[in-house]
Amino acid sequence: MREVAIIGVGMTEFGELWDKSLRDLLVESSLKAMDDAKVDAVDAIYVGAMSSGLFDNQEHLASIAADYLGMVGVPATRCESACISGSLAFKGAFLDVASGYSDIVLVTGVEKMTDVSGDKAVAGLSTAADDEFEGYNGVTFPGLYAMIANAHMKKYGTTRRQLSLVAVKNHANALKNPNAQFRMKVTPEAVEGSVMIADPLHILDCSPITDGAASVVVAPLELAKEKFAHHKIVKVIGLGHATGTIALHSREDITELDAVVKAGERAYKMAGLGPDDIDFAELHDCFTIAEICELEALGFCAKGEGGLMTERGETLPDGKIPINISGGLKAKGHPVGATGVSQIIELVEQIRGDAGDRQLKKADIGLAQNLGGSGGSSIVTILKGLGSRV
Amino acid sequence: MDPQKYWRQIPARYRLEAYKCKNCGKVFFPKRLICDNCKSREFVKAEHSDKGKLLTYTVIRTGPADFQDQTPYVIGVVESENGARLTAQIADVEPENVAIGMKLRMAFRKINKTGDAGVIMYGYKAVPEFE
Repeated sequence: MREVAIIGVGMTEFGELWDKSLRDLLVESSLKAMDDAKVDAVDAIYVGAMSSGLFDNQEHLASIAADYLGMVGVPATRCESACISGSLAFKGAFLDVASGYSDIVLVTGVEKMTDVSGDKAVAGLSTAADDEFEGYNGVTFPGLYAMIANAHMKKYGTTRRQLSLVAVKNHANALKNPNAQFRMKVTPEAVEGSVMIADPLHILDCSPITDGAASVVVAPLELAKEKFAHHKIVKVIGLGHATGTIALHSREDITELDAVVKAGERAYKMAGLGPDDIDFAELHDCFTIAEICELEALGFCAKGEGGLMTERGETLPDGKIPINISGGLKAKGHPVGATGVSQIIELVEQIRGDAGDRQLKKADIGLAQNLGGSGGSSIVTILKGLGSRV
Repeated sequence: MDPQKYWRQIPARYRLEAYKCKNCGKVFFPKRLICDNCKSREFVKAEHSDKGKLLTYTVIRTGPADFQDQTPYVIGVVESENGARLTAQIADVEPENVAIGMKLRMAFRKINKTGDAGVIMYGYKAVPEFE
């Protein structure tokens, strides 16, 4: 396998973007990444989108991407695995380049969610759960994560306040991210006083419905060094992918995201690193409890101590391992197919030293973790800046 | 509602039909074509024990559009005595009286209604089991 580098990144702002269509978002973001890489053509395109059929009545996004980017004829692939669709597209591009089949490959994750009513958007998202045996009985996504939260609180003594602190941190981080949907500070009292959705989760424990797109351009490392060294080169050193059961009730331990454990182990093994080597991470905080479970699943703390780690401030920007410096899904927004790619962009910007007001002091090695459904799939990506210490 | 999809699930939803792996004895609900434990493809029909306990739950305050008129309702993961698990509404109990570990019994209930005609969809819910 050839080594792979990220040579360009670009994204749209995240939010309720009434004046932009699905294809506008897809193209705007793709062009930004291609401009950043200084390429005007690519050998292949990978599009990550969860449910453009249900949100926009439009499938076949691969063809739309090539067509509206003015690249008819270029092979394009659309990838779907619920909320990890973006990371899955990135994996497709990584393998395409690593294998030697293609050289310059564009990855765009996109979701246009506000062209349908909130009810329809929620119904579309629900298809990431087991429709026949969860959805039929009236379960919702906040409901599934609420059941994880209640089990975690009962088993480990995780507190309501610890959940709130995840939202408080991620909202504070988003204040410094110009692309974030919710640039507003929240207090623990505000989280706990917001409307209850599914006990114990309030609306401020939940990520929002968002429009947006995010893109990266990848190339073989050697080619990147030769032709695309206008930015600090960022190398893909680890990529792990795993599945979990589709229904939450089939999970042996309801408090453990076993797909994240496995994806993390595979990514660490490929990188030859462990959790202690990671400088910062973007975790999939679709609900506050998810970030707590993921801290544990990736070995950043012991099992059951994700809440405690958060309460100790270890995940703050100046803590032991800054988590979701971008604002996370919670405050940056969660345009489902774009989310995984946007996590990778945050790693690249931090590693390059281009993250502006939210730049971390130590950002040589970053980890992004994307999660599908209630834990049915996960991809973990580890990136390193060339010339970094490892 | 698509009738063929609904009818296909009647054995599971009305009668809680579970399947037991002929080789290793693991019980599955709903049925599967291959055992995830021993890879055997032979199963025998088994009764899903109608008694179980609550592993975790939540109270849904904001539901899907077609369940909104039922809110607030309790939903949870129930583990039956033979080890099979399912997600079901917990009925006949006030939300504040629900607790992890409580004993439950499965019951045949109305789940929802659908379409302009309000066709009723049935299935299982769990109710408290009093000793």
